[in-house]
Amino acid sequence: MIEFSVLNISKKFNKKFVFENLSFQLSDSNSIAIIGKNGSGKSTFLKICAGVLSPFSGNVEIKIGSKNIDKTNFFLHIGFVAPYLQLYDELTPTEHLEFCCNMKNVKFSKSVIEKVLEEVNLENRKNDFVRTFSSGMKQRLKYATAILHKPEILILDEPTVNLDKDGCETVKKIVEKQIQNGILVYATNNLKEENFSSNVLNIEKNNS
Amino acid sequence: MSFVFYVFKKDFHSELRNRYSINSLLMFVMITISIVLFGIVSETSDSLVLSGVLWIVIFFSSMTGLSRSFVNEEEKGTTLFLQLNSKPLHVFLGKFLLNILLMLFINCVTILLYFFFVSDFQVKNFSIFFLTLFLGTFSISLSSTFIASIVAKANTKGALFPILSFPILIPIFISVISATKISVEGKSFSFASSDFQILISYILVIFSASILFFDFIWKE
Ligand SMILES: Nc1ncnc2c1ncn2[C@@H]1O[C@H](COP(=O)(O)OP(=O)(O)OP(=O)(O)O)[C@@H](O)[C@H]1O
Ligand SMILES: [Mg+2]
Repeated sequence: MIEFSVLNISKKFNKKFVFENLSFQLSDSNSIAIIGKNGSGKSTFLKICAGVLSPFSGNVEIKIGSKNIDKTNFFLHIGFVAPYLQLYDELTPTEHLEFCCNMKNVKFSKSVIEKVLEEVNLENRKNDFVRTFSSGMKQRLKYATAILHKPEILILDEPTVNLDKDGCETVKKIVEKQIQNGILVYATNNLKEENFSSNVLNIEKNNS
Repeated sequence: MSFVFYVFKKDFHSELRNRYSINSLLMFVMITISIVLFGIVSETSDSLVLSGVLWIVIFFSSMTGLSRSFVNEEEKGTTLFLQLNSKPLHVFLGKFLLNILLMLFINCVTILLYFFFVSDFQVKNFSIFFLTLFLGTFSISLSSTFIASIVAKANTKGALFPILSFPILIPIFISVISATKISVEGKSFSFASSDFQILISYILVIFSASILFFDFIWKE
């Protein structure tokens, strides 16, 4: 039983509110789409949900079973993919995933990594430097790092950006699997992506 | 504890692999020592001056080497990746571990070159000298790692680092220079003990400050 509560979040940049009092509450097998025009604060909101940016006011809580998860341990339960998430140019996919395994208490083994790379269709480049990757390949690797630890909550910002047809299929599979097992939160400008979830939060409407 | 090592390992690979400048740091040390040789060393054999000059070389090589630790992450935008994969404290300690090993290595080279080229610089009490070197390197690396984490968030990264470091590092330099002088003069350990006390309390203060404040610095 997982509960993800995002309550009354407001965020200010330079003394101006980007948004005020955004809330949602999700439990197992729920999902939500965040929409709104460019600059409405979708990415900012997702970063706050993931616990990497502090809100001006409001609270983010994760409850697993009856246990409240401490803020510093959020990363163990969250997977995050976004266009502004940068990978290390001088590391290979294997090294990225090894780092993620180690930091998130996933037992590191060749087969674990091969399996997740197969899932995103990147296994033939597993020992090349990320420096040599195309933006679509980087996006695939971001998915691998996000789903490696089978997070309870998956947060996606513009899920299929840079991806080809085959990549979009992969994302669709990942999204469907996530909704079966956990929680999905995503933001999008793409009409095609909006039907990933029946639950939609339009943040600009809330604002006015 | 092992998490600290994993952050260290990641940095070791990503930063030292090609871009990071062990070679240019070593070149920097060589050039500074040659300039010192041409400049003042032949004119003086005063132990205080020679000890001061040694630490000036060390100061500038640490300024060059250590300021990169968080700035690199921030400039390349990889901070988010780290935030999504680790606890703040582990990041700080991992970076500190890399910095101190890097500085210990560079400083050993510096000392060897200095011993070799500056013949007037003769250490008589080696236990004081090496303890000074270790404590000095430790406190410089620690405070530089902390300062770098703050500076990385600012807009004028490059210029800010030496400016912010100067007042913070001053107490360290006063103590290490005085202790180095004592080791050259060959006095007994008790003469240097007050300097060591200052260094150790300094380390404790900066260490607690880093652990307390790093969470806030790390997460905007
Ligand atoms: N670090 C920052 N400092 C100041 N302002 C910021 C910062 N980050 C975002 N903003 C501002 O906050 C607002 C929301 O930005 P955000 O990136 O969240 O929008 P978005 O909805 O994701 O847009 P898009 O659809 O283009 O991705 C924008 O007006 C932006 O200028
Ligand atoms: Mg956005």
